[in-house]
Amino acid sequence: MKKPSQFDAIVVGAGPSGNACAYTMAKAGLKVLQIERGEYPGSKNVQGAILYAKALEEIIPDFREDAPLERHIIEQRMWMLDESSFVGTHIRSEEYNKPPYNRYTILRAQFDKWFSSKVREAGALLICETTVDHLIMDGEQVVGVQCDRLNGDVYADMVILADGVNSTLARKAGFHGEIEAGNVALAVKEILFMPEDVIRQRFNIGEESGVVIEMVGRITDGMMGTGFLYTNKESITIGVGCMLADFKANPNKTTPYGLLEQMKRHPSIAPLIEGGEMKEYCAHLIPEGGFHAIPQIYGNGWMIVGDSGGFVNAVHREGSNLAMTTGRLAAETAIAAKAAGKGFKAAALSDYKKKLDASFVMKDLYKYRDMPAVLHKNPQFFTSYPDMVAQAARTMITVDGVDKKTKERAIFANFRQTRKLTGLMGDAYKLWKAIR
Amino acid sequence: MNAIAVNVEDKLFQNRYRVDAGRPHIKIKSADVCTNICVSKSCTYVCPASCYKTEGNGSVTLITDGCLECGSCRIICSDHANVDWEYPRGGHGILFKFG
Ligand SMILES: Cc1cc2nc3c(=O)[nH]c(=O)nc-3n(C[C@H](O)[C@H](O)[C@H](O)COP(=O)(O)OP(=O)(O)OC[C@H]3O[C@@H](n4cnc5c(N)ncnc54)[C@H](O)[C@@H]3O)c2cc1C
Ligand code: SF4
Repeated sequence: MKKPSQFDAIVVGAGPSGNACAYTMAKAGLKVLQIERGEYPGSKNVQGAILYAKALEEIIPDFREDAPLERHIIEQRMWMLDESSFVGTHIRSEEYNKPPYNRYTILRAQFDKWFSSKVREAGALLICETTVDHLIMDGEQVVGVQCDRLNGDVYADMVILADGVNSTLARKAGFHGEIEAGNVALAVKEILFMPEDVIRQRFNIGEESGVVIEMVGRITDGMMGTGFLYTNKESITIGVGCMLADFKANPNKTTPYGLLEQMKRHPSIAPLIEGGEMKEYCAHLIPEGGFHAIPQIYGNGWMIVGDSGGFVNAVHREGSNLAMTTGRLAAETAIAAKAAGKGFKAAALSDYKKKLDASFVMKDLYKYRDMPAVLHKNPQFFTSYPDMVAQAARTMITVDGVDKKTKERAIFANFRQTRKLTGLMGDAYKLWKAIR
Repeated sequence: MNAIAVNVEDKLFQNRYRVDAGRPHIKIKSADVCTNICVSKSCTYVCPASCYKTEGNGSVTLITDGCLECGSCRIICSDHANVDWEYPRGGHGILFKFG
């Protein structure tokens, strides 16, 4: 069965994890084949999308020179919404407006295409419009991939799975089971185009700077999830994501598009997107199970990187940077294993796990390991709390002849009624423990 | 929350697809399971492209042309594992312009 290997490594997928991995290996002189099912890299991919500069900088230090970046972020808003209001924080700093910028909005279809062009410049061979159907095994060892093309079997010394959240290949090969609906969020989003100067005026920003808004509260219809609104150059991205298990169990049978539409009509949001021309509607899963949901990520002749391995920090809405970092660390492991000349057995690839454990990826995921469970068991963080906070703020600020003391009493009565004070303290403690 | 009527077809209309005519990438394994055993039929409201519809007789139909390839239907059908789920053939299906 064993055919001569045509490549040192095959990378399945040309998202941020696969590109980071293929780029790093090709640059070090490995013979790399990358296979992508989309018409072009990015044509299947969806993100918010915030790009964190650091992870990419470590791979391509001068990416700012030609990467398609929309706006660098100078202001972050966090909103809690009830039916008709929001209370929130705005963090804006001129420090964020000085290069080198730390965060950018991007459009994934364009960004992935650009990243992929760098991968090819580094010497990897990319084949698009090709879906990998199965891994080819020789006993315990992965020795190649079977593609949906005529004579589509390709052999390599090692295969890296960068195939995203659904990870059909790892499941079919029996490396791990099906994703649980409680460990994954379903997000839907739209892109709304409008003139650049309208965006600049509405968000009080300059030509290149941008704003992100993260939201919790009524907009998720009682489900665990968040909404987001990001400014691009000439468009606004607006979306909402909730745990898939919550969508399934929702007594109102709320549809994802119904939720998004409702959110767009919220009186605090509608004026920001008014007049926007909808040009695309997307949906995608986000693996939010965190530390406890990470599967086995290496074996004989294989490693898993990015969303396929569940590498997302849901608390901080980071994913693409973990994807790039895991891709790079897997590549560095492969390069070292090749140099050592001992082959790509699990023992050699176990360095990947060690590198990950020593990086921010595992440290952060470990830090927040209890967060998914805490939030899941305490839906009030997404329902009554935002309501309470928004109502309390509204009550205090409304000038209506009622004295502030009386208002305070009413607010606390409402707090207590909504959630017993002990529960409130307990929740604060649980949340503090989870994010500490 | 008051449900509002949304026509998802209007949204999908903005998207670019290359449909693999006659080769749906997702299939319902047993129509009988949907009709007679599954009570929740959660695919009919969770699918973000509304590919699954309940019919008058309690059966569920699936048309994958507007599929966004998210994978939700496969995962939520965990009780019955009645969804045969693959990605479309290379180059086919949804083609995001912006993502
Ligand atoms: C709505 C939303 C908002 C998000 N917001 C942010 C954010 O603001 N910031 C952030 O950092 N992260 C964010 N994320 C997370 C981020 O998008 C992911 O973590 C990241 O894209 C993972 O990269 P990846 O390369 O592992 O997977 P993907 O980007 O999913 O790439 C997988 C690739 O593999 C290909 N593929 C899959 N199977 C096969 C196969 N069998 N054969 C061939 N090719 C295959 C796919 O076509 C795809 O190109 C968000 C995610 C979503 C859904
Ligand atoms: S993959 Fe997603 S969009 Fe496609 S049919 Fe299933 S739930 Fe609907």
